[in-house]
Amino acid sequence: MATVKDVCRHIRSKNAGPFWVTVDLFFDGAESFAKYAESPTLGPALFAELYGADASLVKRFPVPDLHMVKISYPRTSAQGGEVERDMHCGQQFVRLLDIELD
Amino acid sequence: MRDDAIKIIVPVGSLGAGVRPDEIRYGVERGAHAIASDAGSTDSGAAYLALGVSKNNREAVKRDLAILMKAQAEARIPLLVGSCGQAGGDAGVAWTRDIAIEIARELGLKPKIAATFCEQDKAVLKAKNAAGEIKPLAALGPLSDETIEVCEHIVAVMGPEPYIAALEAGADIVLGGRTTDTAVLASFALMKGASAGPAWHAAKVAECGAQCAVYPTRGAGVLISIGKSGFKVEPLSPDNRCDPHSVSAHMLYENANPFLLTEPGGVLDVTDAHYAAIDDRTVEVTGSIWKAAPYTMKLEGAAKGRFQTIMLIGIQDPAVLNRIDEFHDRMLAALYERVHKAIGPAAGDFHISLRLYGWNAVSGDKPAPGTPPPREVGVLFVATADTQAMATQIAKACNPYFFHFPIDLDKELPSYGFAFSPADIERGPVYEFKLNHIVEVNDPMELVRTEWIDLASKETA
Repeated sequence: MATVKDVCRHIRSKNAGPFWVTVDLFFDGAESFAKYAESPTLGPALFAELYGADASLVKRFPVPDLHMVKISYPRTSAQGGEVERDMHCGQQFVRLLDIELD
Repeated sequence: MRDDAIKIIVPVGSLGAGVRPDEIRYGVERGAHAIASDAGSTDSGAAYLALGVSKNNREAVKRDLAILMKAQAEARIPLLVGSCGQAGGDAGVAWTRDIAIEIARELGLKPKIAATFCEQDKAVLKAKNAAGEIKPLAALGPLSDETIEVCEHIVAVMGPEPYIAALEAGADIVLGGRTTDTAVLASFALMKGASAGPAWHAAKVAECGAQCAVYPTRGAGVLISIGKSGFKVEPLSPDNRCDPHSVSAHMLYENANPFLLTEPGGVLDVTDAHYAAIDDRTVEVTGSIWKAAPYTMKLEGAAKGRFQTIMLIGIQDPAVLNRIDEFHDRMLAALYERVHKAIGPAAGDFHISLRLYGWNAVSGDKPAPGTPPPREVGVLFVATADTQAMATQIAKACNPYFFHFPIDLDKELPSYGFAFSPADIERGPVYEFKLNHIVEVNDPMELVRTEWIDLASKETA
């Protein structure tokens, strides 16, 4: 059983403008990329569940040359609102670390 | 790629972050044709646009700008700065312009400066909206006049054209309002007729300075050389290097789509870009494509929201920490009840949150059962209300409960560790971005105004 953190060498999240967040999953090599880049577990439903994102807007982009997948989702409230807890979304990746991929 | 490439020094990721004179010297010696830097971002929040102030301190910006203005004058190459003053509103451009004039006087420089402003008049935007020329970007809906009205300041994000127009009119220095990071870096090469794909892609790679290098902390800037079929990028610091991985990975940064970048007047497509090391520190990139599209500018608007007052305590008592989630829920309920009793309906639609730093402040999620208790937590109290005075009244009403709330009701009241006195800190209003829309324009200069400061002719006049 592999979790996201088991098969990635680097994981990060960041604002992509005030209304979107983008997560970069750098897999630990070609094998993990091939096995998990298109994993249904990392689909829109996961981002709706973890971040309250509108599943129909979640986008996934595998980048084979870098053995990475970029996933972007809209924020539930614009950056800096009354209930903001992570202004730059730099800590949002943490919720993904223990997600089981198989 | 022939060596008649257009060479641009990108001195730093953001003006004020620390330009290095030795790096600028290196770039000039390598035959740079221009210096171009970004000076801002939306990344640090809407407050900077709403307030018209920079995130950077004035002395840091002045120091960097002085190094670049000196190099501009000595090498006689243009200097372009985009998104002046962080948010690129009119106040930010004026602030940067005044710093530049001060530097020129102190150093005896006499540049011809163009300041380009792109803050928007609300009546103009309402008319454009009524004419159907403003469109929403996901996930926002159509724009209403009310939303335009609540914004403190609105900017239309510029492309390269205002920089090109200023350069063609003889500017030595262009200080621009809000501009895409890429447009200010690409503008000189586009003016000189460089291929658009390589020019825009080079600018995207260089937008954060040395961040596209293998060691982002060794040095601040990069040199981009834009040719007919591709571009090269190398760090300005001799002990750093770029490699195909560091350069290609930068396209991912703060970008929702790793292959496409929408800009005023087109889309950069790097799907088929090829990254190759040509020596131990330089990468050549080919295959970047620019696809022209109808000209649009993105709108950024910042509004002032309700007001917040905060308090902070530290808790180390194990009796509390062993039942920290229960403590949080009970204290929060008690604070709401306290405000209802002490202030009543006058408190309005207030909001209180307690953020447990050291436990779950960043996510707000309850940790899984069985998670070991923390050694200590900082509890940040945040009251939000319609006025600053009411947010502070709420904090004051909550103060004794926040300070003494017990985990066991039958024991002596505890006292938690306040960090400050007075305990309540007025934080001011909450600032929020309200716009994620694009505006169609007939001409890239339609929503842009240029002011000229010709220090040479002023001195002689």
